[in-house]
Amino acid sequence: MTYIPISPKERDAMLETIGVKSLDDLFEAVPANHRFPKLNLPPALTEMEAMDELSGLAQSNENVRTDLISFLGAGMYNHYIPSVVDHILRRGEFYTAYTPYQPEISQGTLQAIFEYQSLMTALTGMDVSNASHYDGATATAEAVNLAYAQFRGKRKKVVISPTVHPQYRAVIRTYAQGMDLELAADNANTDLDSHPDELTSLIDDNTSLVIVQYPDFFGRIYDYTKLIEAAHAKGALVCVVANPTALAMFKTPGSMGADVVVGDGQPLGIPMWYGGPSVGFFTTRKNFVHKMAGRLVGETVDNRGQRAYVLTLTAREQHIKRERATSNICTNQGLIALGTAVYLSLLGKAGLRQVANLCYQKAHYAAKQLSQIDGMGLCFTEPFFHEFALCVGRPVEEVNAHLLEHGIIGGYDLGQDYPALKDHMLVAVTEMNSKEDIDTFVEVLSEVSHD
Amino acid sequence: MNAPANLKYTKSDEWFDPASGAMGISDYAQSQLSDIVFVELLVDEGDTIEAGKAIASVESVKASAEIYSPAGGKVSAVNKDLSNKPETLNSDPYGEGWMVKVESGAEGDVMDSAAYEKHCEERSH
Repeated sequence: MTYIPISPKERDAMLETIGVKSLDDLFEAVPANHRFPKLNLPPALTEMEAMDELSGLAQSNENVRTDLISFLGAGMYNHYIPSVVDHILRRGEFYTAYTPYQPEISQGTLQAIFEYQSLMTALTGMDVSNASHYDGATATAEAVNLAYAQFRGKRKKVVISPTVHPQYRAVIRTYAQGMDLELAADNANTDLDSHPDELTSLIDDNTSLVIVQYPDFFGRIYDYTKLIEAAHAKGALVCVVANPTALAMFKTPGSMGADVVVGDGQPLGIPMWYGGPSVGFFTTRKNFVHKMAGRLVGETVDNRGQRAYVLTLTAREQHIKRERATSNICTNQGLIALGTAVYLSLLGKAGLRQVANLCYQKAHYAAKQLSQIDGMGLCFTEPFFHEFALCVGRPVEEVNAHLLEHGIIGGYDLGQDYPALKDHMLVAVTEMNSKEDIDTFVEVLSEVSHD
Repeated sequence: MNAPANLKYTKSDEWFDPASGAMGISDYAQSQLSDIVFVELLVDEGDTIEAGKAIASVESVKASAEIYSPAGGKVSAVNKDLSNKPETLNSDPYGEGWMVKVESGAEGDVMDSAAYEKHCEERSH
């Protein structure tokens, strides 16, 4: 696509029409002393000097690839990213500031999104996927919108398990502002040992949606089939927030009967960066496709009978629904979604299962070793995937400061979100943590317990 | 263009049958929309609706449209078959394509078929 800026002639014609002489006249309203601020900059550097200065600054960064061992997860996970992912992302055809959708010129982009959608439905066991959201939290909040629309605002209650990621729950609260919704069970001070089936008592004829996480925030794996059946008996929908890596190993939420399966795509070949950007996947049943936000790419044939891809459905967006729109996403997290599609295609079914299995085995080894330390212990007894809550018997902040001195990033401080879990950390273990890493972690933590 | 004389019509192309309380979209509306691929009724049996309020959302290959009630009243029936067979709105807009029925419906801003035909004719120029 060519971008043609205005010519000087066109600019002059426009200026004359609105009755000003020059572009500068348009800034008259800004006080003169604010118009051209004096920047107190040091003298200019040569390229060589600048490079020297910047690499010096960059060297003071520490990262989980070369400098530190990380056991921090809680929503973002340190997985190995095959170099192919980055090579494809950086191709000029994809690496643009904005995603073009016109089918005449963007078959590559559209096909990539189509592949992404297909992979997501295979992973979650659902019928349809949209082209993606910003992240797992916003995708989860959109499930609330879907359920709200499905019952046309008549059902006012959403049951949110307290073991859904605390930050996701916060985003849902933001989205729900002004919707006059009751968010039931969204309370960090509840009994975190209680089985998710106990949420059933809160589900009534006024409930539009039940949200649970899989594995839950503490890494625990539950079969939600019964809970979903109970919700359906009341006419309510169920959204499962899933970790995509775990889905390679465990029963899919689709096979448990979930109506919406969402999650964060970061574990699928996306770096942790500084907490983003990420990608949120959103999958659902075919009968809810018109309630889905964002867009959906479909496969069709062109006027010569050749396979082609188009934007098939954007049922809620403003460019289709105008003033009746109930979503204004319009686009998707194109580049990052592509990254996850490349990662999944490269690993395949068996490869992803292997990654999941490595995470599972290593996490269980770590849990076993850590629970043998005096004064420490696992908080829960349920089956878990690659993350678990560990009682460290003293402030997590203190423990993590000590670990960092040994080049280890410790677990997430659960006391921040769950007062009952003061002095507990959430430990995440992935295929990136070698047995030696885990043993070092155990050793340093043992020192802490003897201090 | 087909506009049965026993029905009343709105400027926004809905019809209302004062005898049965049924309502839907006119033949002119379905031909303008062309192939209808999705219908969602926005009211349930037992709801009380006002004339001029949205009762359905319709999507065709060309456009997305909201359908407004030509009359107010208590909803006595909704045509649940429409969501599975949206094309009925194209093939039989005044028969099988009925959307909602109201009890003792109070007509909103409606006109007779002669006035409606004139209204459609004016727009096609």
